[in-house]
Amino acid sequence: MATSKAPARSQILQRRETLVSYLFLLPALFFFVGFVLTPMFMGLVTSFTDSSFANAATGSKFVFLDNYIRLFKDPIFRKSAWNTLVIVVVSVPAVTAFSLWVGSAIYKMKSGVRSFFRCVFYLPVVTGSVAVVVVWKWMFDKYNGLFNYVIRAFGGEGLPWTESQTMALWCIILILFTTSIGQPIVLYVSALGNVDSSLVEAAQVDGATDLQVFWKIKWPSIMPTTLYVAVITTINSFQCFALIQLLTSGGPNYSTSTIMYYLYEIAFRTTKEFGYADAMGVILALVIALFSALQFKVMNGGTTE
Amino acid sequence: MTGKKQRITPYFVITVILLILLAIFFLFPLYWIVTGSVKEKTDIIIKAGESVKWIPTTISWDNFARLFKSQTNLFGIEMPLAVRWLFNSVFISVVAMALTCITSSLAGYALAKKRFWGRGVVFTLFVCAMALPKQVILIPLLTEMSTLGLVKTVWGSLFAVIFPVVGWPFGVFLMKQFSEGIPSSLLEAARIDGAGELKTFFNVALPIIKPGIGALAIFTFISAWNEYPMQLVMLSQSEAKTIALGIAGLQSEMSNDYGLIMAGAALAAVPIIIVFLAFQKYFTQGITMGAVKG
Repeated sequence: MATSKAPARSQILQRRETLVSYLFLLPALFFFVGFVLTPMFMGLVTSFTDSSFANAATGSKFVFLDNYIRLFKDPIFRKSAWNTLVIVVVSVPAVTAFSLWVGSAIYKMKSGVRSFFRCVFYLPVVTGSVAVVVVWKWMFDKYNGLFNYVIRAFGGEGLPWTESQTMALWCIILILFTTSIGQPIVLYVSALGNVDSSLVEAAQVDGATDLQVFWKIKWPSIMPTTLYVAVITTINSFQCFALIQLLTSGGPNYSTSTIMYYLYEIAFRTTKEFGYADAMGVILALVIALFSALQFKVMNGGTTE
Repeated sequence: MTGKKQRITPYFVITVILLILLAIFFLFPLYWIVTGSVKEKTDIIIKAGESVKWIPTTISWDNFARLFKSQTNLFGIEMPLAVRWLFNSVFISVVAMALTCITSSLAGYALAKKRFWGRGVVFTLFVCAMALPKQVILIPLLTEMSTLGLVKTVWGSLFAVIFPVVGWPFGVFLMKQFSEGIPSSLLEAARIDGAGELKTFFNVALPIIKPGIGALAIFTFISAWNEYPMQLVMLSQSEAKTIALGIAGLQSEMSNDYGLIMAGAALAAVPIIIVFLAFQKYFTQGITMGAVKG
């Protein structure tokens, strides 16, 4: 009898612990379930319906995969998907490599200098996309912009920048780049500072060059940071929206439209077909998940952990 | 890193020069906002053959005067509409910050320090949701908020922006990371002394995770301030606009009045930059903690 009493007592304690834990979790779960999980689920369900602003009162009906099939036939969606891919494929390696370079250049400097550079590169993030975009828009302006002024001052011909179908996307990528490298630099500075200095010194005593030290010692130990940087940059680049909406509104002729921008245009500007737009959201979420998983796999395969 | 001297090599010199050039490139847009906001109309326009005003020679407050022209009323006080926008931005950021800090520190503490049924599932849900794009839920969120009747009123729509920010699981994740550092022996000692769960949390856990809460506070403040897509969708009335939405509106209405737009941009950027510079130590700590095992 005495032996069976002990487990019962610990079970009660366990139950109490669970109850207490959920009380602690309750406020966070309320907002998380209410305003993150519920809309995610709603979006998934709506993507299989013909829900739109027009039939909001009369009710929508299930159309199964029609929205998804339509997506793949929609030339504007295909163009937007292509642009999104270009942005991601260009900006992820550029941001990762550049922030690693800045990080390794500044992490050994005096703490004041290090903070200064870290702050400078973080400022565009803090300033906020709207303020950043309006000033870039002014600098890109064909007539009153600074870039064309400088070009003309050197005797060149002014460029159309955001008004050109071929250049506009690159203008977006450039601004996105300036607003993306702040966080990776902070991460790299701290990761490089945490690299075991005895390993580095031992290698230097053995006559290893700086480049060898970097590839053999530093690179493997900052791999988790690189992975994290690549994943967050991918997610951010896939979601690039504010820059496009404010700078070009997806134009000229959809040359800067992305999945996220097209989703917004369909849902809130043009036809207001929520079901169709939600299908794009689901596709976007799936692609991001796939990319993140892929990066995880590729980069984890590269380390010897 | 202390005591180690940087060797002066040609590579080092080139690096430093490049860094300085880049720093100028990154600071320049901000400089152009601030100087543009106080330039006279004639200095904004670049005429052929004339040189650009790199440094404003005369300071004019005309752009700000025009920005503050339309008036509104808040709590019976007459104020420019642009100041109301600024108030809305501050309101959203402060409320989102306070709510996030409370909910996340409680939840993060439980996830890190308690063993309970369903812990793995809850944590996995939080982490998976974090990897998904925030913006794809904009449409269902708007539907949900209109069903709840929040987007009809000015104050309701401000809360419609706040709630999803609070629900975002990053804060819980960050506070879990910080809470891992609470020594279990201290919690055990408090329990033996007969302290209740809440008392243990406030007296033992809270002092230890305080720096984490500081990091989360500044992080949430800045991300709520800059949460543009959510604001764009939820805040339709002009009284409910944030400063970011306000400038975006100015830009689409009077796209060539760069002086006015820069005054708005300065009003949006300068306060948040001051907040950032004042608390940047906490901020960098938060970013790095959030990435550990991320």
